[in-house]
Amino acid sequence: MTTIALEPAPIPRIGPSQTLRNGLTLAWRNVMQLKHSPEKLMDVTLMPVVFLLMFLYVFGGVVSGSTHAYLEQLLPGLIAQMGMFASMGLGTSLCEDIRKGVFDRFRSLPIARSAPLIGAVVGDTVRFCVTMVMLVAFGSLLGFRFHTDPLSVLAAFALAYVFYLAVCWVSALVGLVAPTPETVQGLAFIWTMPLTFGSSVLLPNTGTMPGWLQAWVKVNPVTHLADSMRALTVGGPLGNHAWYTLAWAAGIVLVAFPVAVWMYGRKI
Amino acid sequence: MDNAIRAEGLKKRFGETLALAGVDLLVRRGTVLGVLGPNGAGKTTAVRILATLLKPDEGRAEVFGHDVVKGAAQVRRLISLTGQYASVDEELTGLENLIMIARLVGHSRGESRRRARELLARFELSDAGGRAAKTYSGGMRRRLDLAAGLVNDPRVIYLDEPTTGLDPRARNAVWTTVRGLVHDGATVLLTTQQLDEAEALADEIVVFDRGRVVADGTAEELKEKIGGQTLAVRAQDRTRTPAVAEVVARVTGARPEVDDDTGLVTAPLDDPSALSAVVRGLDQASIVATELALRRPSLDEVFLKLTGHHAETDGSPE
Repeated sequence: MTTIALEPAPIPRIGPSQTLRNGLTLAWRNVMQLKHSPEKLMDVTLMPVVFLLMFLYVFGGVVSGSTHAYLEQLLPGLIAQMGMFASMGLGTSLCEDIRKGVFDRFRSLPIARSAPLIGAVVGDTVRFCVTMVMLVAFGSLLGFRFHTDPLSVLAAFALAYVFYLAVCWVSALVGLVAPTPETVQGLAFIWTMPLTFGSSVLLPNTGTMPGWLQAWVKVNPVTHLADSMRALTVGGPLGNHAWYTLAWAAGIVLVAFPVAVWMYGRKI
Repeated sequence: MDNAIRAEGLKKRFGETLALAGVDLLVRRGTVLGVLGPNGAGKTTAVRILATLLKPDEGRAEVFGHDVVKGAAQVRRLISLTGQYASVDEELTGLENLIMIARLVGHSRGESRRRARELLARFELSDAGGRAAKTYSGGMRRRLDLAAGLVNDPRVIYLDEPTTGLDPRARNAVWTTVRGLVHDGATVLLTTQQLDEAEALADEIVVFDRGRVVADGTAEELKEKIGGQTLAVRAQDRTRTPAVAEVVARVTGARPEVDDDTGLVTAPLDDPSALSAVVRGLDQASIVATELALRRPSLDEVFLKLTGHHAETDGSPE
């Protein structure tokens, strides 16, 4: 006779692979939302076009002597700036989701705790891809051409994508802290303005800025991303800009991700 | 294990507000517990704690023996939450909502689709399955909510005010569903502000008021608890309602409740023989009564007696 110990069925722990699977399912949800309401892509389709036109024709002559010369400097930088703006949408929709109670259902399911946030961030990167496509497509109409090899161009967009992923965690954090979606908008403007305008995005030559601003521009990750994008798409010295960008991205994720997950866990 | 849910001494404070002031709950497996109370009584806070969405400041709770804080992951495998706060994604179609949840709880792509279609059919939403949930009527939304809650075959179902804002027909449909779930072996904890809903569905009722359980028992027991009967009188001529109230007050010795809309005057009455005294009083005052009855108190009257205020009129937001 054998005795069989009656043990309670083991509860499988939620590991990284399930976290990823749950995250991707929820990213699918975000993409489906965009499919059903394409108007949600309005900001990331029209804003890049408007900004490109405005900056190009307002600053072109002054900064680079001609709009065409400026276009080559401006467009790669604008990708960095528009990414910062596009990431704001994530915080807003996250805040909305929490308020509507959709996240309550997710949280009462046996899924990884961070999955809804990962899903929101990964799903949101679709919006940034649309931004990049719009800028390059519209830029091409105005005469923008890549001057480097395809691999460098690919590296440029990959770098921008990675940095966007990182910035999304800050936006997610804002979305979790802010009481209403409207507040998210206000807060987002406050932190994206100095980062995007206090950078080399609009003026590649920062020599005319006051010293304190130059110091800020030098450490600003958006500057490093913009300079990397320029070097990798239209040529010029890359220096350490790409490494600085990646280091910034890693630093932002290391801080913002755990804090966001923690905030999400204790959010009522 | 006979108890599906056991909670002891739950306390929860939000800043200055004491949402739960020490709540004990016990729900036997396979039964429906109705949590009855006005807005702000702490019903939703209790449900959120039992659904692992909120940690209690004090006290503990278990679902089938698993602690809702330490064993939250296990508890989430057993429960589902549906109602005013946990909702479906309005932007997605009904089908997509259900597929998403099925995928999240670990079903394969094909199985998820199959389950989603099955649930849509069960809740008579097959035709609307391809439309965004935001285009649904209130009743359809609630049915989709319920369906979403059943994707993971829960053993304990929390329904937080599942019929608030529904028309009577949709409400009846939800009631039928709840009865079906219990018939299939689920344990249900249902919060409601509607006394008839608790009476219609719940095996046991607990009455919440300001974060406390002020009474518990079956609907019959609660009525028993308040004791006696209720006298109800209505004058044919509405202008005589104050005079009716005066007669009732004199005979019963209690301050009667006057419903201004219907002209109905009610008061608790312990001694049934006092009915004839009421008749005499009305006669002397030359009041013609169209309604004169002794009946068991309604749950609303029970609530009034237990808490000192009406179920409907206390409206501090939750």
